[in-house]
Amino acid sequence: MRRLVSDTLVVTERNLIRLPRAPELLLAFTIQPIMFVLLFRYVFGGAIRVPGGSYAEFLIPGIVVQNIAFGGFVTALGLNEDMQKGLIDRFRSLPMARAAVLAGRTSADIFTNGLSMTILVVTGLIIGFSFQTSAVHVIVGLVLALAFGYAFSWVFAFLGLLVKTPEAANSVGFIAVFPLTFISSAFVPAQSLPTPLRQFAEVNPFTIVVNELRWLWTGQPSPDHLWQAFAWVVFIILVFAPLAVARYRRTAGG
Amino acid sequence: MGPEVETAARGGSRTSLNDDAAISVRGISKSFGDVRALINVDLDVARGTVLGLLGPNGAGKTTLVRILATLLRPDSGSAQVAGVNVLSEAATLRQRIGLAGQYAAVDENLTGLENLTMVGRLYGSPRASAKARGQELLEQFDLVDAANRPVKTYSGGMRRRLDLAAALVAKPPVLFLDEPTTGLDPRSRLDLWDVIETLVSEGATVLLTTQYLDEADRLADRVAVIDHGRVIAEGTSDELKDRVGGERLEVHLEDSSQAEAAIRALTPMCAEEPATSDGLVRIGVRQRGGTIIEAVRRLDEAGVGVDDITLRRPTLDDVFLSLTGHAAEEEDSE
Repeated sequence: MRRLVSDTLVVTERNLIRLPRAPELLLAFTIQPIMFVLLFRYVFGGAIRVPGGSYAEFLIPGIVVQNIAFGGFVTALGLNEDMQKGLIDRFRSLPMARAAVLAGRTSADIFTNGLSMTILVVTGLIIGFSFQTSAVHVIVGLVLALAFGYAFSWVFAFLGLLVKTPEAANSVGFIAVFPLTFISSAFVPAQSLPTPLRQFAEVNPFTIVVNELRWLWTGQPSPDHLWQAFAWVVFIILVFAPLAVARYRRTAGG
Repeated sequence: MGPEVETAARGGSRTSLNDDAAISVRGISKSFGDVRALINVDLDVARGTVLGLLGPNGAGKTTLVRILATLLRPDSGSAQVAGVNVLSEAATLRQRIGLAGQYAAVDENLTGLENLTMVGRLYGSPRASAKARGQELLEQFDLVDAANRPVKTYSGGMRRRLDLAAALVAKPPVLFLDEPTTGLDPRSRLDLWDVIETLVSEGATVLLTTQYLDEADRLADRVAVIDHGRVIAEGTSDELKDRVGGERLEVHLEDSSQAEAAIRALTPMCAEEPATSDGLVRIGVRQRGGTIIEAVRRLDEAGVGVDDITLRRPTLDDVFLSLTGHAAEEEDSE
């Protein structure tokens, strides 16, 4: 267990050191979320009616959750690249903890997601978002968002190991996660959707997490419960972490 | 195939693992779907020696290395490396082996020093000593100037050297080098050969896979030829070359109608049936020294005019043609 923790830290550090040296990835974390905020706030926002408060207040929790769920893309691309380049073989020939490569990857995402979320929230504050609740609520909200992002990193770890090329990881990930984020209450109120989509949106974990984050940050009442949001986080990790680890062992050859 | 060719299928003579050998392999087989990558492979590599595993793409070389480096489980058979059972004690074994691959397995976005430090820490060393070991290796591999540059700025040869250095971080007694010079320019290849020779002189046992006979020739104490998943011949490089007919003499005639006369003159030197086409006579010669002088003298006595005459060493193609009846490039599927 001590080996797992120390090896995970080494791999996490590796993934963080290399980040500033791959500027295209850094752009994805910094510029892209800002563009999304501006797009929704100023292009679509005028046409979207939301209950209570402004659209900026409605939007920021939704866009934070969407952005953080996609943060795991780095894991999918990174693992896929490591596999292609033979780095996974190197790791597997070392006397290190078996799960550390995946755990180190997903842990590094927590930092990049944190960076990305900070940029989003600051942008939000500039365009009219404000926290309406106590510091404790705000912090619980940050923890929820990071935990949800971490859970999705395991989904992406599994995807990244499943497909053969980084390009495939990109499109499969996008096709799988994009509809989940949009058929939810992230950008529009779920009630405004046509019935079949609304029914899907209401049980979609994205909706539940977004609703809770909205409640934690702006006090907007939520039809769901906070424990449900955290239960989804735990459920996703419990399903996808073992799947990813099993796939890692198999992909690298038993 | 010459009568003295010793095949690896020696029946019951090598059934148990050899505890004295640094690497001992018995009856290893592995299939991927319908493709039989390895078929009943037996091998021994004595401590402190280099075994060259020679074969074309798709012969099964990399599969064998991956099995011995604990990356892949065989379907059947047993293997022992550095006194440790490969199948049942994989975790212990990983402390005692170093692997350098065909595709330089280093992180392009980390510097040379960061790469080596990371590997050292994953072997369980504290950061400071991992870093010190990394610096030592960078010096040994002539990479000090590039130590703090990201690997993506390195040349192909530098990457391979760093990859090799990464395999040596824990000073493992057994090294697996999977096609260490494939794709390198001739100069980098020679540099890397020097590095590998130094390692071996320091006592490491090395299993080296290669597609190049000259590489096996230069680095390996013994060579095993692998084809279609089977070890088809094994011996020292000289033994192997003797088996494939030694050196080749090629005579370009001034007048192609003199081919008959040339063959008659050279027949006493031949180890095998001479071949001729378009004024070029090719023969496999028996002896090592003085071949060209003797050939020129014999041809001159017979009044045969010679345009050019060359002596060349057998290539991997010659080895394969002789041992298997097909050329090395025919297959390509690894």
